[in-house]
Amino acid sequence: MSGTHVSTTINGDAVEYVCDVEETLLDVLRNRLGLTGAKEGCSTGDCGACSVTVDGRLTCSCLMLAVEAEGHEIGTIEGVANGSELHPIQQKILDHAALQCGVCTPGVVVAVKALLEKNPDPTETEVRYWLAGNLCRCTGYDKIIRAVMDAASEMRGS
Amino acid sequence: MRYEAPDTIDAAIAILAAEDGIARVLAGGTDLLVQIRSDMIEPDLVVDIKNINSMRSITPENGGYRIGGAVSCAEMGEHADLCAQWPGVVEAAELIGSTQVQGRATMTGNLCNCGPAADSVPAMVAAEAIATIVGPNGRRDIPVEDMPVAPGKSSLTKGEIVESVFLPARPERSGDAYLRFIPRTEMDIAVVGVGISLTLDGHGTCTHARVGLGAVAATVLLVDDAAKALIGTRVDDAALDKLAAATSAACKPINDKRGTIEFRTKVAGVLAQRVAKIALDRAGK
Repeated sequence: MSGTHVSTTINGDAVEYVCDVEETLLDVLRNRLGLTGAKEGCSTGDCGACSVTVDGRLTCSCLMLAVEAEGHEIGTIEGVANGSELHPIQQKILDHAALQCGVCTPGVVVAVKALLEKNPDPTETEVRYWLAGNLCRCTGYDKIIRAVMDAASEMRGS
Repeated sequence: MRYEAPDTIDAAIAILAAEDGIARVLAGGTDLLVQIRSDMIEPDLVVDIKNINSMRSITPENGGYRIGGAVSCAEMGEHADLCAQWPGVVEAAELIGSTQVQGRATMTGNLCNCGPAADSVPAMVAAEAIATIVGPNGRRDIPVEDMPVAPGKSSLTKGEIVESVFLPARPERSGDAYLRFIPRTEMDIAVVGVGISLTLDGHGTCTHARVGLGAVAATVLLVDDAAKALIGTRVDDAALDKLAAATSAACKPINDKRGTIEFRTKVAGVLAQRVAKIALDRAGK
């Protein structure tokens, strides 16, 4: 069967691709578009390593067919830094050593960015609940939470 | 697998009716994609309903709210008026999965999947919610408790779609709430879930109550005896004791890795008391 043509926007750029209808958005990002920042962890929506935004809303790209992206705006980890200048969330994760293996990190950064755009001044509890779907097997989460609180503070200019 | 994304419900019905193979409706996809990817099902046709505008909105109607079948749980949580009127239903919908899942998953999908532990369904049952179903033979309304017939099996017939769920108007001095028991604090499947909606008169006496009970039977239950324990009382300790007993008595759970029969039966009563207190508090405000 021939593929389906999809027109979408990824990180602000108009993108077109042809995919099979069974392919997830994560498959297409990684295997057809070379955007390998989003990771495949569980493929069941539990781990959050594949997190992207769809029209600004945080989503597991493994739980979405690539054809569903037609006409929507996708945001991935590749669009977070401004060229070689890291986003404050990325910088704070480095500063706090809030990663070890790094597989969860792109998903965490995308999730935190979505949180801080919605709620620039979250409590620690709000951060922990928001990130409940981003599993990390290395850090024990504490450093991630500290990095997020610090990044939020810096982004508020305080 | 074919993928169709019609922009009217009539077109969706026609596409589903014409399919002889296995067809699935795609709303949030947070269950369907997992089923497809794990080869639990191999649909010949997937009909995405998210391009149908009439199914994407939360609309005031006769003092209540009609929630389109493609509205995500996160969108429900962002609707201030809906949260004010039916806080228990919204808090149940917002317990489904992670932030990522809530951004896609729909309450209607939660209903149609007919999982015994579906979080939003006991709350909808308590709220006396009505599902509006459209199919080849027209439109029909059913109480949400008539949707599940067995684990994973709904009362929908071939080609039917749940277009929306209607949450009715509620009198003054009404409140609802939902709690579930899980062994961790987030991202888990209910071991027991309880939704209660109640209404008080001007003297604080309960005049109307509904109790929905999840994860303790093959389907979500509407427990009339538990509601009767509250009606005519001031929801005092004696009434709460009767509520707990009636709720536990209604349980027909299984033993599984998430909980034993004895544990689920006991916890159902305890949760019902806690939920009733929250609903009572909300009704008094």
